[in-house]
Amino acid sequence: MDILPILSTLRRHKITAWLLIMQIALTCAIVCNAVFLIGQRLQRMDMPSGIDEHNLVQIKVAYISNRPDATARAQTDLAALRQIPGVQQVALSISLPFAMGGPNSDVMLDARQKQRTLSASNFFGQNLLPTLGLKLVEGRDFQPGEYVDLTTATAALQSGELKGLPQTVIITKAMAERLWPGQGALGKTIYFGQGVPFRVIGVLAGLTRSDSLRNGADYSMVMPISVDLTSGARYVIRCAPQDRAQVLGAALAKLKQIDPRRVVLQKGTYDDVRRAFFANDRAMAGILTGVVAALLIVTALGIVGLASFWVAQRRRQIGVRRALGATRANILHYFQTENFLLATIGIVIGMVLAFGINLFLMKHYELPRLPAVYFPVGAIALWMIGQLAVLGPALRAAAVPPVVATRSV
Amino acid sequence: MFAYYMDLALRSLRRSPVLTALMVLAIAVGIGASMTTLTVMHLLSGDPLPGRSQHIFYPQVDPTSHFNPHSHPYDMMDYHSAVDLWSAQRADRQALITVSALRLTAPTVNQPALMAQMLSTTTDFFPMFAVPLQYGNAWTAQDDARHARVAVISADLNNKLFQGSNSVGRTLRLKDTDVRIVGVLAPWRPSPQFYEVVGGRFSDGDTASFYNRPEDVFMPFFSSLEVNDGGFNPFTCWSALDPGVKLQNSTCVWVALWVQLGSAGKVSGYRDYLAAYAEQQKALGRFARADNTRMFDLMQWLDFNRVVPSDVRLQTWLAFAFLAICLFNTIGLLLAKFLRRAGEIGVRRALGASRMAVFAQCLVEAGMIGLLGGLGGLLLTLLGLWLIRRQPVEYADLIHLDPSMFGLTFALAIAASLLAGVLPALRASRIVPALQLKTL
Repeated sequence: MDILPILSTLRRHKITAWLLIMQIALTCAIVCNAVFLIGQRLQRMDMPSGIDEHNLVQIKVAYISNRPDATARAQTDLAALRQIPGVQQVALSISLPFAMGGPNSDVMLDARQKQRTLSASNFFGQNLLPTLGLKLVEGRDFQPGEYVDLTTATAALQSGELKGLPQTVIITKAMAERLWPGQGALGKTIYFGQGVPFRVIGVLAGLTRSDSLRNGADYSMVMPISVDLTSGARYVIRCAPQDRAQVLGAALAKLKQIDPRRVVLQKGTYDDVRRAFFANDRAMAGILTGVVAALLIVTALGIVGLASFWVAQRRRQIGVRRALGATRANILHYFQTENFLLATIGIVIGMVLAFGINLFLMKHYELPRLPAVYFPVGAIALWMIGQLAVLGPALRAAAVPPVVATRSV
Repeated sequence: MFAYYMDLALRSLRRSPVLTALMVLAIAVGIGASMTTLTVMHLLSGDPLPGRSQHIFYPQVDPTSHFNPHSHPYDMMDYHSAVDLWSAQRADRQALITVSALRLTAPTVNQPALMAQMLSTTTDFFPMFAVPLQYGNAWTAQDDARHARVAVISADLNNKLFQGSNSVGRTLRLKDTDVRIVGVLAPWRPSPQFYEVVGGRFSDGDTASFYNRPEDVFMPFFSSLEVNDGGFNPFTCWSALDPGVKLQNSTCVWVALWVQLGSAGKVSGYRDYLAAYAEQQKALGRFARADNTRMFDLMQWLDFNRVVPSDVRLQTWLAFAFLAICLFNTIGLLLAKFLRRAGEIGVRRALGASRMAVFAQCLVEAGMIGLLGGLGGLLLTLLGLWLIRRQPVEYADLIHLDPSMFGLTFALAIAASLLAGVLPALRASRIVPALQLKTL
């Protein structure tokens, strides 16, 4: 196929050709970035939590007030929940992955350190590991004697009395790697606040924090601190996935029966928690997908429109070429090559634009750099769309009979 | 002449329905996308108190007792600073603000208890922010001073508990205290919930929660501290929170102060007062820094907190890029269309039509496409807004097409299509008649 005649034709339709090129370039740039954004959101929504999400239901009841029998009431609730058929484990927890809200602590490697080494999410509550299904890769779970209740721990922290504080902590593997790269974490000490030491006795495969994911999504630690119904605590119940609805209903009824005055703030399976946490991301991914589809359709229709116009305009020229011996395939290939050329120039400009848009997004929306793989994929997508769009008009051009040349002169 | 051009344009559009449909569709989709996002942007970034926001200010101090030369004032105040500044009554109006949740029942109504959001504030809140009341009145300054057990409730809560009837004088049980309802708000939905905007710069662009509905219960500040004792949470603390100490005496910030200052003189006067207060507190040994005060006006404070969610801003950029592509598309198609009629235009020129006339005729045709595209765009905008109303975001119920945006849709559509039409029309008007006549 000879490119020179195509170029000389395009030179006579400079503006139209440039318009098409610019449209392809802009589409390419936006589609590359939009697909990248969709990928980012989907990846975020797929973030592992480290817990057995499909086996859990959770209930959050309103914090009544600081009353002396709070601990006893929490124990009554837990005992009653354990009685429900199908329930395997029960815990009362502060902080759960993706649950929003929950304490964070600045962690230091040295007691005298001024700046934090990292910020980690704190998980408090008894029986957390078996209930949530957390997997230890090293070390052990807490023993019953290690637990301190939250009020005592907070008071001890205030007075600087180390005796009232727990001594041990279980951290995630990601956190251990960050604190002591390439070394074992077991037996090492980390410090909080005014240099309060905690010894690492266990390392978890993974546990995602409740929010502030940008501070390191998997920097979490479990402390041997038992909680009662303080604000932010939730009941977590472990059961078989198929029992969840029935267990949740029974648990709610039981809690209402123990204290009819209580207000349930949140309830649902863990799938609900995840869905709520990532609702925005899902909506944004949906919108972006719609935009990408609409963009590609508009661009394809634009190509169809222009190509049809060009075919109609060149009917006589096509007829002459056919009369002079050009085959249908020659004509077909002519329009296909023309589109390929335009698309290629558009894609090259589009890549530069895509890179520029990505730089802008990196600056204003804290996005990572666009991976290079998006460029060839975007290019192939636009080439294909261009070829598909031009096929119809090109076939119509190829169908022009040679007799047109004689008729219209 | 215009009517004749309209007629010509209609004939021309009818002659190539597919091409016309493509152009109208491109404009409609582009307008639909950009007007949807622009409407959301307009509703979210608007002035919540038009006409008075320039008189509303948000004073800030730095109550920390350890010296840090690079610190910024906190987004809220500690109890003592806030109450000191409020009691001085140096502004035209001033209101303290803090939010908490508490258990609410209505003793005479057979409905389950609910956790209600309560705004603790002072009497000036209502006139300062022009809060509309349906029944009764706000509480008085005496009620503030007497720690009266009174409350104002939202229209939503009134509908839920009392079916929208006049509930003034009825009783609510808040936690363990009975309070008397003195006022019921008319429906009030500021966008954003401006008086409570804090900490926007820590939210990573995810600021949809600033568009929540106002609270259901409004109570005198000092009364509410007694009624919901222990139910308040700090915004942040500059040293560890001691469980034995009341929040009022803690090293935490959790109260906001809004003031209304009617003139530039009063504004600079209040700034001086704020600086003098910080100086005095430093002398007393409570503040480490006297020079760390700040006072934004309402719109500056909203900007500082970047209230418009970053997703919404990103969508707006995207929509306008989309409109640009649709415009390129339309320019290309219009150019093709006009040049295809070169023969016809040549004849018109030879018969005496001026370049101007050909140009005008082409633009009328482009404008006609814009009008049709605007109609389509309007439908798509309504569809887009309907989709956004169904999203699980706090501002979903705020989203509607207001008349100004309705007008803007058509203006934008016609402007876009005229813009798209200029280049093709220019080219068409440059057609040399002789050349065209020769080939006829």
